[in-house]
Amino acid sequence: MSVNEKTWKPKIVAFCCNWCSYAGADLAGSGRLAYPAEIKIIRVPCSCRVNPMFILRAFERGADGVIICGCHPGDCHYTSGNYYARRRMTMLFSMLDFLGIERGRTRVEWVSAAEGQKFANTMNEFAKTITELGENRKLGDLRCK
Amino acid sequence: MIANELKKRALELLADGTVKRVLGWQKGEFEHDWSPALFETAEEMKGFVYGKYAGANLSKYCLKLNKEEGKTLVMLKPCDTYSFNQLLHEHRLNRENFYIIGVGCKGMEDQNGLLMKCTCCKGKVFELSDEVIDDEESRQPMPEVDRFEQVAKLEQMTHQERFEFWRNELSRCIRCNACRNVCPACTCVKCVFDNPGSGIASKANVTDFEENMFHIIRAYHVAGRCTDCGECSRVCPQNIPLHLLNRKFIKDMNELYGEYQAGEGAEERTPMTSYTLEDVEPGIVHERGNE
Repeated sequence: MSVNEKTWKPKIVAFCCNWCSYAGADLAGSGRLAYPAEIKIIRVPCSCRVNPMFILRAFERGADGVIICGCHPGDCHYTSGNYYARRRMTMLFSMLDFLGIERGRTRVEWVSAAEGQKFANTMNEFAKTITELGENRKLGDLRCK
Repeated sequence: MIANELKKRALELLADGTVKRVLGWQKGEFEHDWSPALFETAEEMKGFVYGKYAGANLSKYCLKLNKEEGKTLVMLKPCDTYSFNQLLHEHRLNRENFYIIGVGCKGMEDQNGLLMKCTCCKGKVFELSDEVIDDEESRQPMPEVDRFEQVAKLEQMTHQERFEFWRNELSRCIRCNACRNVCPACTCVKCVFDNPGSGIASKANVTDFEENMFHIIRAYHVAGRCTDCGECSRVCPQNIPLHLLNRKFIKDMNELYGEYQAGEGAEERTPMTSYTLEDVEPGIVHERGNE
């Protein structure tokens, strides 16, 4: 484990809404703000496009953390998408918590297109949390292997 | 006797042509096993039974009968009317196709005694019916129980204890899909867990993880529409307390978005298909309860 601790890097999936967070990530890039390379961004048309199955599927395929980024409430390109996403994600996170999955593996952040700095900070912080939590074993392990 | 009255009334309605068929219960293979059954003639009606083992919720069976010609007589216990009403709200059923007899219920049983769903009875009110056949005894309310007691107990456990609890329960799952197939809220023609092109009932699991995912998503897809009828746990051959997952969602929605009972009253938007500007942020679930 001691060797692995040094070399192990978490795999993190970030679902970013096309209109705000993805542009925010772009801004972070063009502003040369550093955020960890472990974060893989998947662009979605809206944060409410994120089906709970996407998140579980990401965990199944080996992700250690999943973060969903969308427009700030009230700023949704499609008027109300992120309000629905907010309820859905609350319910899903609550269920994962109920099943005994560590808190902090899932997260929702609102990042606008102008918040490159916030995007970089959020991702740095999230990657740090996941690195501390370590490898995701529990979600794949609910059914005894 | 409610059963005799029911039979008499059903025969009358069959004879005068009001209904074409009767959806009820018949004796199964075992003493305690009474299955849903369809009767089309007076001759077939001889097999009709009603009593303490008629626990099955007939609402789901109406989906198929909705497409049949002529009216169907369906017998619904008070809690079953919630499921039927919810299906009406979702436009899955056409009210004109059904003649509903509300039947009185004194609490249903199986070989292990009172059913889980009857230990926390929803009450004796019929959400909808064309006529009601009951007696004095079946109108008596069941003892009031806090149905969220077990969920609350689990919430008080530590993460590790909860994890172990669910690992123990879910590891018994054999993926027979009974919980999905019996659920009156699970009405998709094409289920995300099925692969119709494969020629088998459901696709083989690639990893063990799919089993966990199945249970999370099954509960999630009926969140806000689940009337808490408890059929999922009743039919589970492995006795997994699946209703706890549904109740967790119901409890959360009640706490965060206001009290809501699916299938009650007139059509309205469910918590998962509506929103307010002041909803809580998803991070809140990480701040409550035990780490």
